[in-house]
Amino acid sequence: MRARRVRGVVVGAVAVLVSVVVFLVPFAFILVTAAKTAEEASLLSFSLPSEWALWDNLVAVLTTRDGVVVRAFVNSTILTVASVALMVVVAAMVGYVLQRRSSRWNPVVNFFVLAGLIVPPAVVPTIWVLQTIGLFKTIPGMVLINATFGLSFCVLLFRAFVSTVPRELDEAAIIDGAGPMRLFFTVVLPLLKPVVITVVVVQAVAVFNDFTGPLYFLPGDENATVQLTLYNFQSQVLSQWNLLFMDILLITLPPLVMYIFFNRQIVAGMTSGAVKG
Amino acid sequence: MASTTTSAARVAALPRATRLEEPPGHGRGGIRTMYPSWFYLPAGALYVVFFAVPTFASFYFALTRWTLFDVEFIGLDNFVQFFQEPQLVQGFVNTFFYGFVTSALKVVLGLALGLLLTSQIIARGYLRSVVFFPVLVSTIGIGITFKVLLDPFGGLVNESLAALGITGPGWLTDPAWALFSVALIDVWKGVGIATLIYIAGLVAIPQEYYEAARVDGATSWQLFRRITLPLVRPATATVVVLSLIGGLRSFELIWATTRGGPGFTSDVIASVIYKQYQAGFYGLSTAGNVVLFVVVTAIMIPVSILLNRKEVDR
Repeated sequence: MRARRVRGVVVGAVAVLVSVVVFLVPFAFILVTAAKTAEEASLLSFSLPSEWALWDNLVAVLTTRDGVVVRAFVNSTILTVASVALMVVVAAMVGYVLQRRSSRWNPVVNFFVLAGLIVPPAVVPTIWVLQTIGLFKTIPGMVLINATFGLSFCVLLFRAFVSTVPRELDEAAIIDGAGPMRLFFTVVLPLLKPVVITVVVVQAVAVFNDFTGPLYFLPGDENATVQLTLYNFQSQVLSQWNLLFMDILLITLPPLVMYIFFNRQIVAGMTSGAVKG
Repeated sequence: MASTTTSAARVAALPRATRLEEPPGHGRGGIRTMYPSWFYLPAGALYVVFFAVPTFASFYFALTRWTLFDVEFIGLDNFVQFFQEPQLVQGFVNTFFYGFVTSALKVVLGLALGLLLTSQIIARGYLRSVVFFPVLVSTIGIGITFKVLLDPFGGLVNESLAALGITGPGWLTDPAWALFSVALIDVWKGVGIATLIYIAGLVAIPQEYYEAARVDGATSWQLFRRITLPLVRPATATVVVLSLIGGLRSFELIWATTRGGPGFTSDVIASVIYKQYQAGFYGLSTAGNVVLFVVVTAIMIPVSILLNRKEVDR
């Protein structure tokens, strides 16, 4: 028993050491580079800044090019909130009916859900569709696209979770005279809260971090998202690595905050969604 | 089904006044209308307009020379071109390499980390968080960071290797290494999900199996080979399927680190699609999309059938 405990401590300590080198050093590198002055950062060495310029760099990043980064954060926030809200409501409706009602259409719906998960979206034809309905290069268009691409994952999670809500509740509500809308929105949806939180957090991180979507469907400076500005920043501020890494740091913070507060939900969502899919 | 009949009966037995307030079509056997088909409509409309229509349209547009204003039918020319130009063929081959390398490494490392993090060691909670966190970080941010860390001149990785007396390769600038390096970064970022899935699979294995085998005198290797490995098979299937789906259509990390370079040595189909789109060859770009579609489905269908069938057999 004692030998096993000693072994646990030794193996654990080695693992912690390796994890620091492999996983923490890159993040520490982002942090220290973001805190350096321009000349010191250009050396790109892994060392503590001789002079901490964290605040100056923050202000500099937020004010470059008339605050394009601030605008990008606003755009990304709007995009994330709207996409996730839309996705959650429409996917919950599908997952709910799909689980509650068994009909011969279910296999068809399930097939489409899986197809949505596996098939890579056809980019240029999607642009063609967006242009036809006048939503190319607009935030609403991007919201609809994000919601569509996230549907399958959400439906799988909702379908799995609806089965844990007892049907007796539906029946009680029906007896009390609730219609389908009331039954779903006031009785069932509130009970789905745990899975709704999971879906919201996981999809919010996914939409916020998405680069390919805005690259194709939302080009142009005025609607730029944080990932696009970060990418463009790379070529614009070549001599100012401190500002580039400050931008990376800023973009890393929202997911970090999400992870600290919703650790359990994120983990649950990633694994359960994965196992069901 | 049993519950449906009971509640229908209960609804039918309600006083008339209550039933009048109910929506039309409800009542005898009307429980179905409580789960109306039109709940599919909003999601279905999104799916059809923004996913199904573009996917089907791509099969037509792939056969055309397509600019913004003008569509001209040219048959299979785009596909011929796709498989004749060496740079495009390279992207096709690289896609397979990238998909297989990333998923193989994620299976091996994910299982190893899963075993480590379910064993009796200190700091498990910290280790789990730290391994998982990169999954949530922006791919572009990670790409840029590693581009700096892997820089052949003065990058942190090669400096450290030099301190140990090893000359590191030009990770992202050497044609022989570029694609593999990007795959390694991908594994660094994505191994957290694989680990999580393996942890979930490993804790579900009953401890009694191990105890019984130990009583019979099994070695640690035998325990792993005969109990752990067969019983985490569903987790392995999930990890393989997920990382293949992600790996075969991977674009962001490659674009953030090498842009398919040096030359075309780290191009994959997804980056070829973007390059052709940028150059205005919409038809050729869409043909790339169709090729990617075929590659993904041609790999995913047999892989998932294979992995699922073995599971049922046992």
